[in-house]
Amino acid sequence: MTATTLTTDPTSTLATRIGWEKIALLVLLLLALIGPAFVYPLFLVRILTFVLFASAYNLIFGYAGLLGFGHAAFFGLASYTVAQSAKTLPITPEISLILGVMVSAAIGSVFGWLAIKRQGLYFAMITLSLAQIVFFFFAQVGWAHGEDGIQSVPRGYFLGLLSLSDNTVMYYFVLCVSVLGVWFLWRVVESPYGEILKAVRDNEPRAISLGYNANRIKLTAFTISAGVAGLAGGLNALSFQLASLSDVHYLLSAEVILMVLIGGAATTLGPVLGAIVLVTMQNYLASLGAWVLIVQGVIFVLCVLGMRNGIVGTIENWTLRQLTRSEG
Amino acid sequence: MTLIFGVPIQALTGQLMIGLINGAFYALLSLGVAIIFGMLRIANFAHGAQYMLGAFVAWFLLSIPTLFPNSGLPSIGYWGALVVAPIIVFGVGILMEVLFIRRVYRLDHAYGLLLTIGLTMILEGIFRVQFGSSGQPYQIPELLRGGQNLGFMVLPYYRVWVILVSLVVCFATWFMIERTKFGSYLRAATENPELVQAFGVNVPLMLMLTYGFGVGLAGFAGVMAAPIYQVSPAMGQNLIIIIFAVVVIGGMGSILGSIISGFLLGIIEGLTKVFRPEASTTIIFVIMAVVLLVRPRGLLGKVAK
Repeated sequence: MTATTLTTDPTSTLATRIGWEKIALLVLLLLALIGPAFVYPLFLVRILTFVLFASAYNLIFGYAGLLGFGHAAFFGLASYTVAQSAKTLPITPEISLILGVMVSAAIGSVFGWLAIKRQGLYFAMITLSLAQIVFFFFAQVGWAHGEDGIQSVPRGYFLGLLSLSDNTVMYYFVLCVSVLGVWFLWRVVESPYGEILKAVRDNEPRAISLGYNANRIKLTAFTISAGVAGLAGGLNALSFQLASLSDVHYLLSAEVILMVLIGGAATTLGPVLGAIVLVTMQNYLASLGAWVLIVQGVIFVLCVLGMRNGIVGTIENWTLRQLTRSEG
Repeated sequence: MTLIFGVPIQALTGQLMIGLINGAFYALLSLGVAIIFGMLRIANFAHGAQYMLGAFVAWFLLSIPTLFPNSGLPSIGYWGALVVAPIIVFGVGILMEVLFIRRVYRLDHAYGLLLTIGLTMILEGIFRVQFGSSGQPYQIPELLRGGQNLGFMVLPYYRVWVILVSLVVCFATWFMIERTKFGSYLRAATENPELVQAFGVNVPLMLMLTYGFGVGLAGFAGVMAAPIYQVSPAMGQNLIIIIFAVVVIGGMGSILGSIISGFLLGIIEGLTKVFRPEASTTIIFVIMAVVLLVRPRGLLGKVAK
C-alpha cells in the first residue's frame, strides 16, 4: 500500500530490490555454509526446510495472489510418504523424496483444481477444508500411527553411497536441496511464465482478454508450490526421522503464512528471512510452552495491522523514501 | 434387538441425536460467522476461540467462590451464565472490533482472515498458558438432568433443550435481519455504506454492534456447550474449520443457508458415524468439495457478484 503512495518509477523499486536482495541472499548462503561450526546442525536444518516451505508458499501467496490456507497438507503428505517409503521400501532417500514430491504435487493439482474455481476468501476456506481431509486421513489410517506418527525413519544412503546418518552431512544435503529449490522457484518467478502469473494476479480480466488461460496458469503455480512444499516436508521428515500430525496441522499452514508475511510477500528474500525469524523465535520460546502461540499471534496481528509489506518491503520503502528525499 | 439397515436401532437413533446436537451448534456458530461475513466481509476465524471464551466465562462464573474464596461473591450458575456470559463475550467482541477488526475493513478481505487467525492464537494461547490442554468439568443444571426413556432410546432433557433453544435463537436472528427495520438498515449498509451513512445512520456503530452480536452468539453457544463438551482451550479449534465449511456449503453470507446446512450436516455426520465411522470426520469437507463442483455458490447463496 505504501509503495503505491510513493510517486516513484516502479522500475527503480525493482532495481534497488535486485541489488540488495541478491547481496543479502549471498551473505545468508555464506553464513549457511559455515553455520554448522557455530550452531547445532539440526536447528539449521529446521530453518532450511522452512525456508523452502515458505518460499514455495510465497509462489502462490505472493506471486499468484492466492490466499491458500492449507499448505501444511502438502508438507505433511510428502512428510508421511517419505517416512513410510524410507522405512518400508528398499529405496534410497532421494527416491523417497521424489516420491514425496510427486504425491504432494499430484494431490496439490487436484486441490488446486477444486479451489481455483472460487476466489479470495472462498479460496482460503476451500484449501483449509481440503487440508483437513488430509489431516484426518493421517490421524486415522493405521500405518501413520495416529498421535505417535511414523518414528525412527532411516535417513539411508544418498545415491546408495553417502551415509546421511551424521547430522552435519545431513545438514549439507538439506542445504544443497533447499538452495536448489529456492533457486528453482526464483527461476520460475523470473521466467516469462512468472511474468504472466504476476499479470494474472494484478489484473485477471486483462490477462484473460489477452488470451491467457488464467485458471491454468494459477493451477500450474499451485501445483509447483505444492510440490516444493512437499520437498520441504520430505526433507524435514528425513532429517528429524519423524512424520507426525503436526506436519499436517492447520497451525502449520498458519505459520507458513506468517513467515511469508513477516519477511515480505512476492520477494525472494522475504520468505527466507521470515522462516529464519519464526523458527529461531520458536526455538528460543519453546521452553515457555503455550506462550509461543501468544507471541506468534501478536506478531500476526502486528504484521497485518502495521507491516503488511514485511521486513523486505519495509526496508525497501524506507530506502526509497531516503533516496527520493535526497534527490529533492 | 431391532435392526434398521443392518444397524441396531439404538445405535442409529443415538447417533442421530448426537448429530442433531452437533448440528444445533453448527447452526448457531455458522449463523454468527455468516452474519459477520455478510455484513462486514470479515471471515471471522476467531469464532471458535470466542465460543471457547463463552464456555470458560460460564465456568468462571460458576467457580467464583472457589477462585476468589475471600471475595464473598456468589457463584453464578448455568441460568445466570446463559445471560451474563454472552454479554461479556459481546463486550470482548466490541473491544476486538474497536482495537483491531475495524482497521482492516478497507483492505483486501484476506487481511481480515489473517488478523483473526492472529487473534485466535492469542486467545487460545492465553487459556492454554492458564489451563494447559485439560478440560474443566461443567455440570448440567439440575432442572435439565435426566431424560425420558422412549423404549428404543433414552432422550436426555438437556440435549432436547439445546436443540430447541438453538432453533429459537436461529429463527429469531433470521427474523431480526430479514424482517425488521433494523435488519433492513443493516442489509442496506452492506450494499451501500456511503448512501446509508448519508441518510443519517451511524454505519460504523452498526458494524461494531454486528460484530459484537455475532461474537456474542458464539459466546452463547459456548455456554450451551459447556455441560456437554469439556470446557477446554482447544474446544473451538477444530470446530471453526468445520463451521467455515458449513458456511461455504450454505452459501457465504446466507443466514438461512447456514442455519439449514448446519443442522443438515450435523445429522449427515451422525449418520456417517453409524455406517462409515472412519469417514465421519471428513464427510463435511467432502460434501463441501462436491457442493463446490455442482453448485459453486452454495445451497442458498446468491450468485457471486
